[in-house]
Formats: sequence, structure tokens, C-alpha cells
Amino acid sequence: MDKFLQLLLSGVALGGIYALVALGFVVIYKASGAFNFAQGGFVTLGAYMVYQFGTDWGLPFWLALVLVMLAMAAVGMLVERLVIRPMVGKPVFTVVLITLGLLLIIEQVVRAVWTMPGLVLSVPWGNGRSQLGDVTLRHADLWTMVSAAVLLAAFFLFFRYSRTGLGMRATALDQEAAAAQGISVGRSFAVSWAVAAAVAVVAGVMLVSRGGGALSPAIGFVALAAFPAMILGGLDSTGGAVLGGVLIGLAEVMSQGYLDVSWLGSNVEVVVPYVLMVLVLLWRPEGLLGTRRVERV
Amino acid sequence: MVGDGSATPVLEVRGLSVRYGPALTVLHGVDIEVPAGAVVALLGPNGAGKTTLLRALTGLLPFHHGRVTGGEVLLEGKPVGRANATALVRRGMAQVMEGRRIFAELTVEENLRAGAVTVRDRRRVAEVTRDIFAAFPQLAHRRGYQAGYLSGGEQQMLAIGRALMSSPKLLLLDEPSLGLAPRITEQIAERIVAVGAAGTTVLLVEQNAAMALSISEFAYVLQAGRVAMGGPATVLRDDPDVQKLYLGDG
Repeated sequence: MDKFLQLLLSGVALGGIYALVALGFVVIYKASGAFNFAQGGFVTLGAYMVYQFGTDWGLPFWLALVLVMLAMAAVGMLVERLVIRPMVGKPVFTVVLITLGLLLIIEQVVRAVWTMPGLVLSVPWGNGRSQLGDVTLRHADLWTMVSAAVLLAAFFLFFRYSRTGLGMRATALDQEAAAAQGISVGRSFAVSWAVAAAVAVVAGVMLVSRGGGALSPAIGFVALAAFPAMILGGLDSTGGAVLGGVLIGLAEVMSQGYLDVSWLGSNVEVVVPYVLMVLVLLWRPEGLLGTRRVERV
Repeated sequence: MVGDGSATPVLEVRGLSVRYGPALTVLHGVDIEVPAGAVVALLGPNGAGKTTLLRALTGLLPFHHGRVTGGEVLLEGKPVGRANATALVRRGMAQVMEGRRIFAELTVEENLRAGAVTVRDRRRVAEVTRDIFAAFPQLAHRRGYQAGYLSGGEQQMLAIGRALMSSPKLLLLDEPSLGLAPRITEQIAERIVAVGAAGTTVLLVEQNAAMALSISEFAYVLQAGRVAMGGPATVLRDDPDVQKLYLGDG
């Protein structure tokens, strides 16, 4: 039972990170129908910038985090304006390939700027842990869960109640009809990229802190692990991103802890999320919470 | 061409030409005037350029790779220039698009809120929402429903309600009777009359000429991208050509 609780805790925390990454994908997908591979690059760049502002230049961690979120929001808007906006009206496939290119460019930029190997991001909670009975609570996991919960709640409120959020949802459904209501389609796009890039910073920091603080230009590839989370939850559903993230996180950690299938070799947990994704898609092609198109007969 | 010429018309269109892509010219120097407080009908066969005219007026041409190649549009006497759709809504234009184009996956209430994104004052939004629910009781009963599940008539009412959320000076409607049963068309027509009576100027594009002429003061006939006829609705109703072509008589 203790082992189960331990894994549950760890799985939910990992799921929170996946949910944050998936949320970045979903917010852009919802607004523009494009799949943003560069999200993984934002995660990496965000984590390195927090290292730069906080650990290297000595700004207080939380200040560094907020500054980097703002900076990355600006980067997201810039990317949207310079690279994505000119592609409006072009096939979505083209846009997707461009974002894939961006991912590779960002990774190279990170390698070029932070050449020193073995950089370590310091976070206020460090490697702290608390004992709750026989269960160990890693503070990194705790902070991951708290920040994921706060950001997800903020998202939910933003999309449901704010004019900008509603405008973004309307834009996602019908750009021209949205424009006809006075909703600025360009602004909806810009905001979605800003939000996705800012959220990526938090995901990046939590991811690095979970691994003990070691930075690597490859951390963005965890974004790949968030794929099944997002597809499982439903590409256009923020709630689905959360649900999918937590499910995948749990599946990964639980299979790591319990599944000892020697004939499959080690690292079964890497495959389990994809198996789960395929099973769910066979049952519900639009994902757990994805939108079934409303069609009257 | 119409109006008494004393007050500034809400909308003046002078010599407007519109082209799609490199070569397809759809409007050739259209002149139209919509006097303040009037309901003006715009008739014409399919492909005459009615929807294109509305797109040009409301800044939606870029969505169809179209552009204005000549002429000008004046809103309350001031040229709109190259204002985009958002700016035009802020300046008092709202439209009900052809095919309704409601946001099917949003609720009825969210659709209305989407029509009010240009309105900053939350109290004002609440007030207008209340007025619209009073005018369209069917919508009030279904405010929490996904709009895609409404009937065609209800969706059209929602589209009209959504357009009214910005309290426009000029309401443009594109074929609001399209695909609706005669009884529902009648209800829609009544609502348009009520909107006009409440002081909003209306430009109504319709295939259903009988309905349009019965509720409008002035009317224009658009043919092959040009204004073929224009004048008081009563005159057009009695015109033999109009009767033959659009009213199914003779």
C-alpha cells in the first residue's frame, strides 16, 4: 500500500508536468488548428533562461521565473507574428513543419548559448523531502502539483469567463464568424502563443527540478512524452490535457514500479503511455474529452 | 438615389468595386445609400454580388482573398478606409452572416457574449443580454445549451441576437430566411421590423423578395455586380420587372 501511495504521488506529479506541456499544445491547437512542435523547444529554452536569470545572475528564483515567463510570452508572440501569421490560409501541414524546424533551431540556440556541460538549476526547494508515515513526499513533486493546479485553474477561468478567452474559443471554431463579431483573430493567435510559451517555462523548471536540477538541451524532448497525454485527453480540450497528463504520468510511474516483464526487456514504462493512447483512441477517436463535432440530423 | 437628403445617411456606398484574386471582379461601381433609421432591402439573383457587398462593408473580404479596387464606403458620413472587421464593429456595424454561422460548440449564452466582445462594460452586456432574451424567449429557455443543438429558426434568432449584442447603429443581415419554414420566416421578419422600430438601421439582403419588400422602406436590386434598380419599396413592389423576376407573378 505504501508503495502504491508513493507511486501515486510521483505519478500525479509527473502527470502535472505532462499536463502543463500538453496544455501548451492544446491552447495553440484550439486557436489555430496547428500542432506546435516548438512547444518542446519553449520548455528547454524556458528552463535555461530561469537558470540564467536565477542561478547564474543571482536574481531571486520566483522573480526570475516570472521574468522568464514574461520574456517567453514575448518570444511566443514574436514567433507567431514573424513565422506563423504569414502562413495563415496556407495548409496546416506547412505550419506544422515550420514548428518542427523551430524546435530544432531552438535546441541548437540553447546548445550554442549554454556551452558549459553539467549546468544545474537551483530551486528554493532543492532536493528536500518530507516523511509522511512511510511515504516520502519530494518537495519537487509537491511544487509541481501546486503550480500545475494553479495554472490549470487559471486557464479554466480565463477561457470560461474572460472576453479574450471566449474570443479565442470562438476564433478556434470559426475565424471569419469570430471576426464578424469584432473579435481580433490576430490577437487570439498572439495570446495563444504567449500563453503556451509562458506555461512551457513552468513545465521546464518542474521537469528539471524533478530530475535533480541537471539541465540538458534534450529536456524538450519530454514534450514527446506529452503527446499521448494530449491525444488521449482530446487535442482541443484543456480539461482533456490535464486528465490525459495525469493518466499518462500514472501509467508511466505505475508500470515502472509494478510491471516487471523481463521478456519485454527493461523500460516498459516508456511504451505503456502509447499503448494506453492507442486503446483509448480505438474506443473514442476524439480522445477522452475532445469535442465531438455537433451535428444535427 | 433614395432618402430625403437632409440627414447624413448611416451608410453610403460610392462606386464600390471588388475583386477576388487576380482577375474575378464581382462588383462594378456599386452606389447605395441607407438612410438613418430605415430598413433597406438588397435583392438580386444568386451570384449578383450581394454577399460580396456585405463582406466589403464589414471588412471580411480578406477571408476570401478579395479586395476593394475602387470607390468608397462612408459610415455616418466618415470614410471607413481600410478599417478591419473589428474596427468596423467598434464603429457600430454588426452583421448576421449567411448560413447563421453561430458557434455550434459554445452555449447560447456564450454565443451572445461573443457578440459583445467589443463592449467593455459588463453591466451593459448583462442589460443587452436581458433585452435579447426578452425579445427571443426561446433562447432564454436554452441559454445553457450548446448552440448547435438549436433548431434552424432558433439558430437564426441567436445569430440576430448575437449581432445585436454590440448595440449596432447599422445591422446587416444576409439571407436570414434561408432554409427556414414560412412560419419561422415570418417570425424573423417581425423581429427585423422590431429592430428597425427600436432605432437600428437595417440593410437586409434577401432572396425572399416578397418578405424583404414587405418590411423595408427602400430597396435596391443588384444584378451582375451593378445596381439595376433602386427606390422606395412600394415602387419596386409594383414594378413589372421586379414582379416577374423576384415575386413570381406574371
